[in-house]
Amino acid sequence: MIGILDYGAGNVQAIARIYNNLRIPNKLIKSTSDFEGVEKLILPGVGSFDAVVSKLNESGLKERLSELVLVEKIPVFGICVGLQIMAKSSEEGTLPGLGWINATVKKFKLPSEYHVPHMGWNTFSVSGTNEIFNGTDNEFGFYFVHSFYFDLDEEVDSTARTTYGIEFTSAIRKGNIVATQFHPEKSHSNGVTLLKNFAVQDIC
Amino acid sequence: MLRSRIIPCLLIHDDGLNKTELFKPGKYVGDPLNAVKIFNEKEVDELIVLDIDNTVQGKSPNMEVIQSLANECRMPLCYGGGITTVEQAVHIISMGVEKVALSSAALADFSLCDKIAAVIGKQSVVVVLDVKKARWGKGYNVFTHNGTKKHPNKLDVLLEEISNHEVGEVVLNAIDNDGQMCGYNYELSDLATTKLNIPVTMLGGASSYNDIKSLIARHKIIGAAAGSLFVFKGRLKAVLINYPNREERKKLYHK
Repeated sequence: MIGILDYGAGNVQAIARIYNNLRIPNKLIKSTSDFEGVEKLILPGVGSFDAVVSKLNESGLKERLSELVLVEKIPVFGICVGLQIMAKSSEEGTLPGLGWINATVKKFKLPSEYHVPHMGWNTFSVSGTNEIFNGTDNEFGFYFVHSFYFDLDEEVDSTARTTYGIEFTSAIRKGNIVATQFHPEKSHSNGVTLLKNFAVQDIC
Repeated sequence: MLRSRIIPCLLIHDDGLNKTELFKPGKYVGDPLNAVKIFNEKEVDELIVLDIDNTVQGKSPNMEVIQSLANECRMPLCYGGGITTVEQAVHIISMGVEKVALSSAALADFSLCDKIAAVIGKQSVVVVLDVKKARWGKGYNVFTHNGTKKHPNKLDVLLEEISNHEVGEVVLNAIDNDGQMCGYNYELSDLATTKLNIPVTMLGGASSYNDIKSLIARHKIIGAAAGSLFVFKGRLKAVLINYPNREERKKLYHK
């Protein structure tokens, strides 16, 4: 059973719909009792850093979520700001992130010909092995829309890198934690493949 | 490498899809959900859906319709039409829409964009400017209410102002080109892309994939939106939803 965190800051319906079409059992997590029976978690995130962090704080889900991810090591997939809040902090806000990954979120500072937000379809290159990308078409890529990027301060098992004026981390894999800056739920067949891989593969 | 976005723009009028000409309602082109399903199969980059009745009729966005569109869309969706408050924008984003498009409400007070961006992030705030070449004097006028109300400020002034607010994208809709399939207005795209440091999407005039190719060649990275091109086929404008496939798209991108 895949649990999709529904704390008012993400596109939960689009993700649920993809899993429903794949006939993969899933449910929305709105309160801590909903975590019951869940084997993997999706942490979506749309909005400004502080708004997303506040919503997670107010949801009452944060403590149990961190316990499940850091202690019980259940696989988790962060999407967009769901990736960014795994960092310690962000230049977009003042609130602390979850701090699961030693990273900070930085604002794109690019030459004027690079318009920000970085918006649209872009490609990636994977360093290390990350089976979660099995079967995806790198040339087709994924959909991005963001003004801030995830800047790692630690070595993780695998990263994907994307170039837009600079090269930045567009996906990470650290043990049971998987996260992407791009939106698999809005990336057609590539996104479906990625979400399916997360659901069916052994992630630890 | 980031690719330019090729974006169908669908207009809702009287609960159906309509393709306007020079901003006047034109041909009925089908059911919105059905169109979304076809565009899913064609793997479109993004989709813009604008309800052109709401602002002129003083109606709020129809949340039920938006929810059903958002549920169906497997690509990023931008919705516009009748959004006047932060609450409406937040509600729409919470339903799984990526971006909200504001026009008359933003032009009345750009601080609305800042307030919305504080909650949903600036990347999801789009301003749509309906523009028309000034009949007298230089520059472009900006209109709201389906081209009927002229804004007191010219386009270049408004673009300047937008740069000082939390806006993530500007869609420039060329009224003179609407439904005319006469190609994009490069004077406009040049002006907007040099004045702004956020993504720009051009709408109005595209008649062929070649027009899209030319626009992309000129700007390298740009949003190329179109209405008629993606819903009509042939001289007699038979309704046929179409979109370049992966191979065809490769030929359109900047090398």
